[in-house]
Amino acid sequence: MSAIAIVFMIISMLTIWGGLAVSLINLSRHPEKQDDDVIEPAGSAGN
Amino acid sequence: MSTPSSSQGAPLATEKRETFSSRKLFILSAIGSAVGLGNIWRFPYVAYENGGGAFLIPYLVAILCAGIPLLFLDYSIGHRYRGSAPLAYRRANRKAEVLGWWQVLICFIIAIYYAAIIAWAAMYCWFSITKTWETNADGAAGFFMGDFLKVSDNVNVGFDFVGNIFIPMFFVWLVTIVIMVAGVNKGISRANAVFMPLLIVMFLILVVQSVFLPGAIDGLSAFFTPDFAALSNPAVWAAAFGHIFFSLSVAFGIMVTYSSYMKRKSDLTGSGYVVAFANSSFELLAGIGVFAALGFMAYNAGSSVDEVATSGIGLAFIAFPTIVSEAPLGSLIGVLFFGSLVFAGLTSLISILEVIVAAFQDKLGWKRVPATLVVGIPVAVISLVLFPTTTGLYLLDTMDAFVNQFGILACALVLVIVFGAGLGMLPKLAKHLNRHSSIKLGTGWKVLVGGIGPAALGYMLINELQSKMAESYSGYPVWFNGIFGWGMAGALIVGAIVLSLIPWSKNSKIDDPEFDQHRANVEAEEVPEVAGKEY
Repeated sequence: MSAIAIVFMIISMLTIWGGLAVSLINLSRHPEKQDDDVIEPAGSAGN
Repeated sequence: MSTPSSSQGAPLATEKRETFSSRKLFILSAIGSAVGLGNIWRFPYVAYENGGGAFLIPYLVAILCAGIPLLFLDYSIGHRYRGSAPLAYRRANRKAEVLGWWQVLICFIIAIYYAAIIAWAAMYCWFSITKTWETNADGAAGFFMGDFLKVSDNVNVGFDFVGNIFIPMFFVWLVTIVIMVAGVNKGISRANAVFMPLLIVMFLILVVQSVFLPGAIDGLSAFFTPDFAALSNPAVWAAAFGHIFFSLSVAFGIMVTYSSYMKRKSDLTGSGYVVAFANSSFELLAGIGVFAALGFMAYNAGSSVDEVATSGIGLAFIAFPTIVSEAPLGSLIGVLFFGSLVFAGLTSLISILEVIVAAFQDKLGWKRVPATLVVGIPVAVISLVLFPTTTGLYLLDTMDAFVNQFGILACALVLVIVFGAGLGMLPKLAKHLNRHSSIKLGTGWKVLVGGIGPAALGYMLINELQSKMAESYSGYPVWFNGIFGWGMAGALIVGAIVLSLIPWSKNSKIDDPEFDQHRANVEAEEVPEVAGKEY
């Protein structure tokens, strides 16, 4: 395998797999929020 | 407003709209949808043909400038308007409903032939154990076209059934419908939670095994050696945008539907980046595995990688069986490769069918189980009548080529024009995405979706129109492509118009107190300048 092919293999792995790693880290730093009603639900049987 | 649904004993929905119980399950299901056959059998060859290592540059540009922005467009519409494609678009603007039905019909066409390919892969998983194709004097190619598919010499639509394909296809549909009947949480989420880790583990073992085959390094070298001249060729850039567009499964209703099952305070953009990069990560892995195996194949045949490199059906059902026959522990390679195709395909088929099921559920106001059966069984029957036949391959080939270009691509172009320049909804949708997301979108996103999007999609569509009109696709008779290619693509548009004209009954989800509550909550969270105006 030529040097240039190895360099491009490494760059591809770093950008794409690295991109996934960064995306996962970003998501883990923002935990899921719980849904709650901001306003009171309208009458349950329709109104 | 309307009376609660208690009329006539119809299977009306009183159940709450389903949601993915966690962000993790949504992401896993969205990755399951995006990672399909194309990641395994299409990406490696597209990258190799379009600059090798240098393809990384247009590929990354396409992900960041088109793939992810379009993915966010889907997420924003599905999540804000919380409905299947037709209902979500209708809630955004009454006139846009027809686009949703167009996507539903596109998904119908894809579903009926996609199941056939999964069935072939399942059979080849089994054949790998005994290397059944070695019985044919003409090798894997002769076996696939002759002994297995029994392909007729006449390009036609016939009903000469092939049992060896019909039976596995039947089971593919059975499994898919059983998963769909169980619903978003118990069916779709669980299936993805099982199939996706299995797919990744199987594929990793396959890649490791392939990389240690003799000649594998030559394959990798061919795959990664950059051809910088390719970067000045517009066709290479078009290939990158085209590949990303199909690979991420954007703009055909799937992501609208899945994101409609996300909770209100979901981190849409943060999740989207994970999905997009996971999809690409899998593709890169597939490129390594496939080209390592092709390197071995070339080494064994005493030829160059260029002579054996191929994609699609030729790669999976002709090149790979040859590799399985020749490689040490070949049967294991075969089971892992075809097993991966089956799992990657099934998780995508589920998402494609969900577009149709969700649309009918909303339109009829039915519960999950009856709506799934009313959609799933007819789709399965049509698929089982048309494709496990001696002429199924021709139909599959033409339908696939035309629905991709003049269905998905054409619909995506109309979608970005309508939501961008037409309705001017991008600022509202950007604000929606930003409300709870970790990665905020600015003007750039609006420019990419409203400007670069239509330009790139329009360029691709014009190219395709020219090439498909210049000569009859695949050399098939003009009448055959006319009916099942052009005619089918046109019929989808006519069908979509007809479906959008059917009024929504009072049992449907058009008036839904649950949606009103969702909308009120979203509006209350919104900044005053948007709230209060048209939702």
